[in-house]
Amino acid sequence: MKKLQDFTRNPDAVSFAVLAIVLVFILPTVLEIFRLNLVGKYLTYAYVAIGLVLSWGLGGILSLGQGVFFGLGGYCLAMFLKLEASSPENTAIQSTPGIPDFMDWNQLTALPWFWEPFHSFGFTLFAVIAVPVIFALIIGVAMFKRRVGGVYFAIITQAIAAIMTILIIGQQGYTGGVNGITDLRTLHGWDIRTDEAKYFFYYLNVALLFLVLLVACWITKSKLGRILVAMREREDRVRFSGYDVSNFKIFVFCVAAAFSAIGGAMFTLQVGFMSPSFVGIVPSIEMVIFAAVGGRHSIIGVVYGTLLVNWAKTTFSESFPELWLFAMGALFIGVVMAFPNGLAGLYTSYVKPLIGSIRPLLKERARLYETPDKGGPDMLNRGTAQ
Amino acid sequence: MFQGYTAAELTSIFAMQGFAGLSLFSVFVLMALGLAIIFGQMGVINMAHGEFMILGAYVTYLTSNFFSEHLSSMFSLYFFVAMILAFIAAALLGALVEWVLIRHLYRRPLDTLLATWGLSLILQQGYRTIFGAREVGVTLPDWLMGSYAITDMIEVPVNGLFVMCLTILITIGVYLVMQKSRLGKQTRAVVQNRAMAGAVGINTEKVDRFTFALGCGIAGIAGSAFTMIGSTGPTAGQLYIVDTFLVVVFGGASNLLGTVASAFTISQAQSTMEFFLSGSMAKVLTLLTVVGILMLRPQGLFTLKIRS
Repeated sequence: MKKLQDFTRNPDAVSFAVLAIVLVFILPTVLEIFRLNLVGKYLTYAYVAIGLVLSWGLGGILSLGQGVFFGLGGYCLAMFLKLEASSPENTAIQSTPGIPDFMDWNQLTALPWFWEPFHSFGFTLFAVIAVPVIFALIIGVAMFKRRVGGVYFAIITQAIAAIMTILIIGQQGYTGGVNGITDLRTLHGWDIRTDEAKYFFYYLNVALLFLVLLVACWITKSKLGRILVAMREREDRVRFSGYDVSNFKIFVFCVAAAFSAIGGAMFTLQVGFMSPSFVGIVPSIEMVIFAAVGGRHSIIGVVYGTLLVNWAKTTFSESFPELWLFAMGALFIGVVMAFPNGLAGLYTSYVKPLIGSIRPLLKERARLYETPDKGGPDMLNRGTAQ
Repeated sequence: MFQGYTAAELTSIFAMQGFAGLSLFSVFVLMALGLAIIFGQMGVINMAHGEFMILGAYVTYLTSNFFSEHLSSMFSLYFFVAMILAFIAAALLGALVEWVLIRHLYRRPLDTLLATWGLSLILQQGYRTIFGAREVGVTLPDWLMGSYAITDMIEVPVNGLFVMCLTILITIGVYLVMQKSRLGKQTRAVVQNRAMAGAVGINTEKVDRFTFALGCGIAGIAGSAFTMIGSTGPTAGQLYIVDTFLVVVFGGASNLLGTVASAFTISQAQSTMEFFLSGSMAKVLTLLTVVGILMLRPQGLFTLKIRS
């Protein structure tokens, strides 16, 4: 009983539990597998949004190129799956069997060198994290060591997202071009397109999401998180206090990249393809709006924000495709102008006071009934004692 | 990449591609001038700048249609009318946007970025609803058609030349407005010290609105120029926004001369490389070079040496 009370008094633990109940029990029972798979797809964007909470909400670094890391993670896994799908038996009709079909269409006759290591599953898992993090490290060191920040950083990361998309689309023979890497079939001989596999990946996705949430929660609570907030508010003072500000920025940017990459890899597994349309400027900036709608300071809030915006997007574009861009535009403007702290802000300013006003009443009642023999509750004795 | 060409051929290739790049240069300069004013002077990131340009392009398209139907005798002059109308339309919309949206966000530059991105989505869908999703093109008057042959190998398109002259004139005009006119001086005063500018009696809110409207108006003129080199569609503006921001940052924000120089470098590099490599690789190499240089020299090519 005591433990339960401690638990309910810890707001983080409660919100983690509520999210877990929603994702693990409610959604899988309510939704059929097609919709659940969509939710799984939305949740992969939540990884990016959590990364943005750390870098943007906590550290004040707005990256408009998170799609790059999402894409790199996704592409790494897609390359492994594509190689498995293009075994010499499967691709016997090609002029060069054993290489992915789009390479054959583009008159390539041998596997490019950078595809070779992706035959190994262990290397792929390593690359899913390592490639985006190393890339983020290079960008971060180049920018933050020279004290580039704020607006300039946003514009340059956006340019990097643009370059990445043009490169992927232009190098069709090596990357699959505008269609991306499609037609992924099996993982170690296990068909990833069955309903059973989809359930498995959904739960794997949720488990990884909670892992990422725990890491993010730990960072926000740690001394590191405090320094990040201090840096966001008064960078100079943190620097004069003896901290190397750029290292903290580089670290949090790399963590955000790693989270995005995990999301990208889970996206590939659940949706079955990866394409440049998840890398460029538009998806990257949409991922920022998921974080903004959820609340840029709240790691749990952005998960709900991501789910809500994507659900609205799917619903709107199914029934009123022409209204969707208006709604999305209004959402951008509305969140920035009226609700800078997003859903989480609405919760803390409206719902929480409500809970707060109920809680003392409950506590009062609980005390009345539980502890009548320790001299009695004050309320009962007040009249007689005086 | 140069093997297989003689020196004379290379010279004419560079000259031809250089002149072809001038149209791109003009659009870059006009877009970037507007952005540099808004970003450099006000610190606002206007992601909807491309949509203001497209507004100008649509106004030009409507004017050309109006002239060919009702005033066909005056058709050869429509472009000048269109340009003025494009400026007015974009500037009015800009002033409205500043009043409704931007003035609440001056202290939050990253938020202006998100809000104006939302605005750009709304404008795009608005254009699609009004003008349709298909791209439209304008008919050029006769005197802008054809090309002017300098040697038998080098030909210069007349419309490119015209647009470039126009760009130079507008650039000089903007420079004069910012340096000499009363409003320009007030704008620079507000940028340097808002509180003091207010204290000596400058209406800072009015100056902000004027600056934003001027930047958007120039984007409208860029749209007029754009109709000569490309067809106008609802999302055409978005393709230029990243390049233009790089032009502004590369040139060193708040420096108009730097903006022109960097627009020239980037457009010429891209146009020349396009001849030898595929279009996408040319663009990748250009952007990568710019990003690389910006990482080494984040303040841009040209910067004012001031103590802040």
